Amino acid sequence: MYKPLLSPGHTACGGCGQALAARLVVDIAGPNVIVVNNTGCLEVFSTGYPDSSWEVPFIHSLFENAGAVASGVESALKYLKKEDQINVIAQAGDGGTADIGLQALSGMWERGHNVLSICYDNEAYMNTGIQRSGLTPLDTNTTTSPVGKFSSGNIRPKKNMIEIASAHGISYVASATVGFPRDLQRKIKKALSLKGPKFLHIHCPCPLGWRHEPNLTLEVAKLAVETGLFPLVEFEFGKLINVYKLKEHKPVEEYLKLQGRFKHLLSPEAKAELARVQEIADGNIERYGLLVK
Amino acid sequence: MKEYLEGSQAIAKVVALCRPGVISAYPITPQTHIVEGLAQLVADGELKVEFVNVESEHSAASCCLGALATGVRAYTSTSSQGLLLMAEVIFNIAGLRLPLVLTCANRAVSAPINIWNDHQDSVTVRDSGWIQFYAESIQEAADLHIQGYRLSEDKRVLLPVMINIDGYILTHGYEVVDIPAQELVDKFLPPYQLERKLDPTHPLTLGVLAGPDYYMETRFAIEKTMEDVLSIIPEISNEFHRTFGRNTGGLIEKYCLEDAQRVIVAMGSVCGTIKETIDEIREKGEKVGLLKIITYRPLPQEEIYQALKKVKEIAVLEKAISLGGFGPLYTEIKSLFQGKGENPKISGFIVGLGGRDITKNSIKTVFDKLSGKQTDCEFIDLKNVEIR
Repeated sequence: MYKPLLSPGHTACGGCGQALAARLVVDIAGPNVIVVNNTGCLEVFSTGYPDSSWEVPFIHSLFENAGAVASGVESALKYLKKEDQINVIAQAGDGGTADIGLQALSGMWERGHNVLSICYDNEAYMNTGIQRSGLTPLDTNTTTSPVGKFSSGNIRPKKNMIEIASAHGISYVASATVGFPRDLQRKIKKALSLKGPKFLHIHCPCPLGWRHEPNLTLEVAKLAVETGLFPLVEFEFGKLINVYKLKEHKPVEEYLKLQGRFKHLLSPEAKAELARVQEIADGNIERYGLLVK
Repeated sequence: MKEYLEGSQAIAKVVALCRPGVISAYPITPQTHIVEGLAQLVADGELKVEFVNVESEHSAASCCLGALATGVRAYTSTSSQGLLLMAEVIFNIAGLRLPLVLTCANRAVSAPINIWNDHQDSVTVRDSGWIQFYAESIQEAADLHIQGYRLSEDKRVLLPVMINIDGYILTHGYEVVDIPAQELVDKFLPPYQLERKLDPTHPLTLGVLAGPDYYMETRFAIEKTMEDVLSIIPEISNEFHRTFGRNTGGLIEKYCLEDAQRVIVAMGSVCGTIKETIDEIREKGEKVGLLKIITYRPLPQEEIYQALKKVKEIAVLEKAISLGGFGPLYTEIKSLFQGKGENPKISGFIVGLGGRDITKNSIKTVFDKLSGKQTDCEFIDLKNVEIR
């Protein structure tokens, strides 16, 4: 009988993309794994004492140190000569990966620890109440980048976390999404089959923060890819080796219109801002050659 | 074996004898010689350890945390700004009940930047749930590391231990040090074994969320353990004495206290200077003494009170200050006498901040001032310059 390694009964919101992604990750990784988690929604909804949803060894320390704690776990396994038997996964949200936790991750990658790092990217600090992060997209309405008379939301596009990771020259870097679970599973398997540091950046819709219906999580996630706003790419040792090709190029409105956080972009006065978002999608398509020709 | 060694080299050798499995550190003056010494032992194949050169002190402490939770003994060392950058992890390690041993090469805190010795760094994290020792000599510093691992990993304890050694004075000073044989250390310090660890055969969740229903009990548990530690430390230092033939460590040390009328309370290397000064003053027939605090956390309240209760004039001499308040140790020593009947005159003196030399004359000044008016927070050896 199928027994998930991230058990049900946790307190994630209905439609939570991160809960789905985390279950896929740990199920593929299997029981011989140690999970190190930064502070964030995932740790909060899955470890409220005296309960825990984790059927594998799990440690949460602080907001920014999963990279360093995982380095210690992996070094200990090396010392114990168990490095080949147990996988180490370090996971964090977008803030814990691209902002406050970036230094520790960069250190871990540079030192070459045999750890798979995962970013569950829901594009803002959701655990504290939808504040913008370095992975929040341009013009997103969050509680710290609110839309107002003089603001159309977040002032800058997402940080290119994939290429930052890839620039470390590590064995494998890929983006994935809960919208395409088979592709996600394949990438987890591939990452875990390789030695050294690996990074998997998973796009995870958040119904609460993105303000979409909970039953639309997968649809929203797919549209992020199909509009070119969240390209699915794979790098090996700094080189682009594969992309998820698009048969047609859907306009960004199809993605934006499902989400309250982008509502302001669809008013007639926001034409110029909407065009800037479309430019980002077009840029991704060109940069990574996403369209089937 | 007795060797003439720099303090940092002695500590590196003793740490290696304790057989850590993971060492992780980030360079900061005056801690550097300790980890350089360990790195050389690894490079020469004399120490089998995973040596992780991390990108910050925050990560050094975090890396040790991960190793300890996976069931491997760990070591780190830092100083000053490094300890403060670690502060978040310092609290976390204690909360997770992980037995890390850390050497703090005590140094002043910026700004202005100053690489010389005082105790502001370690005293600032006194509330974190760590056991804190302060060493007077290099030998004591070395011995406290062996005792520190034993104490920290004791199943009744499982709290981290910080060995505080005065930057430069002890880290860069030379002394004849007795470095014990590996067999003796192995006999005294059993292999590291942690019952609750990260192990796929027995999956556990560590570092949980605890709300108002449970958080307070976790803090109470540490406080109860700290009370127990006060009786476990003498037990361990006695066993150390039996094993190695040397009486070091413990809670406090009394020097010329039996008949003393004026007593200085202090921690760390300055106690050596104080002892010499006491010898000189006693030759003139004046009854002065020293109470050296070796264990600052947990604070050995009863031992301190019993040692001082017959003394009429007490000076608390410290290399740290709670700006806007008093010296932290002064506040605590004074509070021990509240409501107990005896009413000694207790004065607070701040000395040696940022490496200002504490001479025998400084100590004599303190003893002289003790006979005068009571003061709460008097700076000794201040220069007459105005700085804004």
